[in-house]
Amino acid sequence: MSYPENLKYTKEHEWLLVEGDMGTIGITDHAQEELGDIVFVDLPKVGGKTSKGLSFGSVESVKAVSDLYAPVSGEVLEVNGLLATSPEQLNTDPHGAAWLIKVRMDSPAEASDLLSAADYQKYLGE
Amino acid sequence: MIKKVSSHINQNELLLFEASSPGKRGYQLPDLDVPAVDPEKVLGDLNVREEIEDFPEVSEVEAIRHFTRLSTWNYAIDLGLYPLGSCTMKYNPRVNELVARTEGLAWAHPYQPESLSQGCMEVVAVLEHALAEITGMDSVTLQPAAGAHGEFTGILMMRALLESRGNPRKKILVPDSAHGTNPATAMMVGYTVQNVKSNERGMVDVEALAGYITEDVAGMMITNPNTVGVFEENIRKICGMLHEKGALVYMDGANMNALVGVTRPGDFGIDVMHLNLHKTFSTPHGGGGPGSGAVAVVKEMAPFLPGPRLKRVGDAWSWNYDLPQSIGRVRSFYGNFGVLVRALAYIMAHGGNGLRQATLDALMNANYIRALLEPYYEIAYKANSMHECVFSDDRQAKKGVRTGDIAKRLIDYGFHPYTVSFPLIVRGALMIEPTETESKRELDLFVDAMISIAHEVEENPELVTKAPHSTRIKRVDETRAARNPILRWKPKSTASEAAD
Repeated sequence: MSYPENLKYTKEHEWLLVEGDMGTIGITDHAQEELGDIVFVDLPKVGGKTSKGLSFGSVESVKAVSDLYAPVSGEVLEVNGLLATSPEQLNTDPHGAAWLIKVRMDSPAEASDLLSAADYQKYLGE
Repeated sequence: MIKKVSSHINQNELLLFEASSPGKRGYQLPDLDVPAVDPEKVLGDLNVREEIEDFPEVSEVEAIRHFTRLSTWNYAIDLGLYPLGSCTMKYNPRVNELVARTEGLAWAHPYQPESLSQGCMEVVAVLEHALAEITGMDSVTLQPAAGAHGEFTGILMMRALLESRGNPRKKILVPDSAHGTNPATAMMVGYTVQNVKSNERGMVDVEALAGYITEDVAGMMITNPNTVGVFEENIRKICGMLHEKGALVYMDGANMNALVGVTRPGDFGIDVMHLNLHKTFSTPHGGGGPGSGAVAVVKEMAPFLPGPRLKRVGDAWSWNYDLPQSIGRVRSFYGNFGVLVRALAYIMAHGGNGLRQATLDALMNANYIRALLEPYYEIAYKANSMHECVFSDDRQAKKGVRTGDIAKRLIDYGFHPYTVSFPLIVRGALMIEPTETESKRELDLFVDAMISIAHEVEENPELVTKAPHSTRIKRVDETRAARNPILRWKPKSTASEAAD
């Protein structure tokens, strides 16, 4: 799977789509591949806060439970309800339909230190 | 070639619910010769259970056969090697059971007066003393009922000690190789967790660690040997660095089987730690529990231990409840007492030299396996192994075979699988802990099986990815089971309604 150019990436394998002060957060194809079959996703409630670099939820596969780290700080505006009933979507469409949460970013400038698609792929190669 | 096992006929088994026949029972009562009483009238309807729909009714022999047959489907340490890494599945010597069945211990009641409980209290006192000696710590509580419960108790005490010094602080440092219970414990006690990366030798990176130790850090939770089976060589230095900043060090004692009688956490700077009596001290676990997560502390932390504590009054034991700084009780009564008796029996039967020998044998067995399997499987870290060795599936993954496949194929060879996919810092981990229990003969059978599977991966990978083949149930769909778990049996009519 390719890594879309319009997304920003973290070394913890989350992605961020920036649209104005809105940020959509998901996990990368590499993350879902490493986790294996995902069976449960634990996400914050609408109105909750994320803090850059800190855990905002977790994702559980048949192998392990992994924390989700926020690429930016903000207020949770929307949570992807699809994942409550169909966590397997994270295995099939991690960069699209299986986004996790949408936040209103406190400071869109926080996204500036995230990796580009090319840098992220280079990071994976190391 | 599969040497250890061959298949033999065993019986299919109905669920007891399906075997039920109305009116069957395992007892006979005489006719009622007094007036019948309505329990709801006498006890109140709140205290009377509703009839359970479709509760199974079978005869005594049917119940006995049912459970006996099920027991023959099981794999247990009494049948062979149980190399589940990090779990220390050692043999539980029968003398433990003999001692635990001593009438005065087995039939003691927690409410019986102290004057009639002196023997039980002596067991607690002697075990606390023995564990303090083994760990090099000052005091021990036997209340916690399992390892994670011990962690929780230990970190609560850490917090209480820091609070008494004026500031409980905010963060706990946890290495990225830690058991998942460590960060969970820190969170439960109200701390945030800071992950600390391991270096290329699988140890805590001391230079990186220095950057993490601030005035906000309450302490570090460290496992030694760590989860890749490697001894943290810099443990004294690590403890010193934390102490210098007023932080404390918790040791997860899950891997204490590598240290008993050889070195003591108290001597290398640990402030508080738990022991898994159900691992290191041979009490049953893995479905056969209950567990026991005894916690040992240095004297600065002793005032915070859960109460009550034993004290000597004249020539008798008594419970002391006057503990103003105690974090309070963490378990009803005095812990899982029957387990404590077994652990003490194990310690007394071995003595100091015997415990040390058990440790050395555990280390030798793990290193024997490592040496023989290294030509076939990629060792995760080159550093010396202690009581367990961790491989990765790197070579087998090239053929599309992952650690979980190899584990399932091992079942066909008559062995319980090793630990799969843990620790998380090793991609596709195979974590093997043989314990001191095993003879060379059993270890050789295991090694032969693993080498044979490595050849199968090269020659016929599908044989491995479709395993197990010789079990009653072939490969199960673990993903579907986790996504759509069926948690209890329901009568067919209800089940089909639920499906609608």
